[in-house]
Amino acid sequence: MSTLNHNRRNFIKNSSALALGCALPISLVELAFADSEKNFSFAYISDAHIQHIKGTRFVRNWDKGLIRAVAETNLLAPKPDFVMFGGDLAQLGSQPELEHGAEIMSALNQDVRYVMGEHDYYLDLGAYWEKLFGPQYYSFDHKGAHFIVLNSIRTYDEWTHRWPSNEQRMLEMAGLDNPNGSPFMVGEEQRKWLQSDLAKVAKRTPVVVFSHSPLQKIYKGWNFWTEDAEQIHALLQPFDKVNVIYGHVHQIQYNQIGNISFHSVMATAWPWPYPSSYAQAEQYLPKLTVPMNRADPFFERDATGWQLINMANGNVDMNFTLYNNSARSVRFNKANKQPEDSRYQEENTRIPGQQHY
Amino acid sequence: MFQIKKTSLYLGAIGLLVVPLSQADEFTTADTDRWQQQFMASVQQGRELWTSPTLGTNGVACAQCHPNAANTHPETYPKFQKQIGKVIPLWEMINWCLRNPLEGVPLAADDPKMTAIQAYVTYERRGVKLEPGKH
Repeated sequence: MSTLNHNRRNFIKNSSALALGCALPISLVELAFADSEKNFSFAYISDAHIQHIKGTRFVRNWDKGLIRAVAETNLLAPKPDFVMFGGDLAQLGSQPELEHGAEIMSALNQDVRYVMGEHDYYLDLGAYWEKLFGPQYYSFDHKGAHFIVLNSIRTYDEWTHRWPSNEQRMLEMAGLDNPNGSPFMVGEEQRKWLQSDLAKVAKRTPVVVFSHSPLQKIYKGWNFWTEDAEQIHALLQPFDKVNVIYGHVHQIQYNQIGNISFHSVMATAWPWPYPSSYAQAEQYLPKLTVPMNRADPFFERDATGWQLINMANGNVDMNFTLYNNSARSVRFNKANKQPEDSRYQEENTRIPGQQHY
Repeated sequence: MFQIKKTSLYLGAIGLLVVPLSQADEFTTADTDRWQQQFMASVQQGRELWTSPTLGTNGVACAQCHPNAANTHPETYPKFQKQIGKVIPLWEMINWCLRNPLEGVPLAADDPKMTAIQAYVTYERRGVKLEPGKH
């Protein structure tokens, strides 16, 4: 692992080479499938929050986060098999935002698949997003693993249809801490589809689920939450190895519930506080999680970044590329049967920046 | 001397007759309720500014990075900010955010908007012990 960290640090140091457009080799960690055909990696970019000001102006800060993730992903060697985008490409779901985001993403050399975020959805319930990126939920197979993409940020119909305008609905859901918001859910329609999709998959096939919201209940006040999480867990329970990868939280989180490993991804736009730092919140951050460093606001890309994910023996290993910070790596520990940080998991190895209050 | 004393006594007597003077320390629950309402109005104004896309110039709101004003840590100010190179009060850090992520114009220290923002941030942190200087 130190090889990866080392190379990545050099890579960040050399990032001025980006301007030259030359491909820098990045060694990937040694993959552990018996069948090397099944060893592969993919890149994960999420939560860009491209924000329109007016005319041709967009918030420069958020643009830069996504542009950097795309440029760095293109420099990976060997190349990842594909790229995922984890949702919230836009800030307020508008056509200019989605188009501007799609244009930045179009510089990627690999195929990209998209997950729906609430900031993409609540203006037109995903209509324009579907035109650009395809269906809101779907599945695909790759090198022996089954991948599922869910739209996990839907909510109760009464909430969705209670607003006088689509613009107001979007604004109400866009405020993370807005008490007028509503809890996220996958919903009955997709749960039925998921059940029939999974019926065709052998129980020993590794399953990877991509969602925008955590498919677990962490803190309802900020929608670090999926209302029907337990029902999804029940559908995934018969499989030997299940991995859930989610965006939305703009921070490192990981957890193990039964056979399911959970991992969050970083945002390219800005970091969010851990719910434990809101003094009035009742929250359940997984005890397993070693938090990311508290962000230094004076480095505008600090505590943002993107991920390189390795599939190894059906479990995902997360490699966090953090723009102004040391890289982090969270890998599945076979002995303890849970994801663990490769460096900071033990209490006595943690550093002051990881203490949130 | 005598003259002055006599005049002040006279004025005092007038005062007692015309306006009943309130006693300095004898406030009632009606008073504290009213003061609390005044404070909460400022908190409410602060919350509106915190979530407003027009406080800065680029549409970015404070709440985008700081939901419920989390990670602002008003209980730790004044404190040394290494990037500014000195000990600063909270309002200077708020102005840093106004200028940078919000691409806006800083507020005067005694601007009622600045007071309201600090009232909101501190209210969200109620119950947390003071730890000035902490990082």
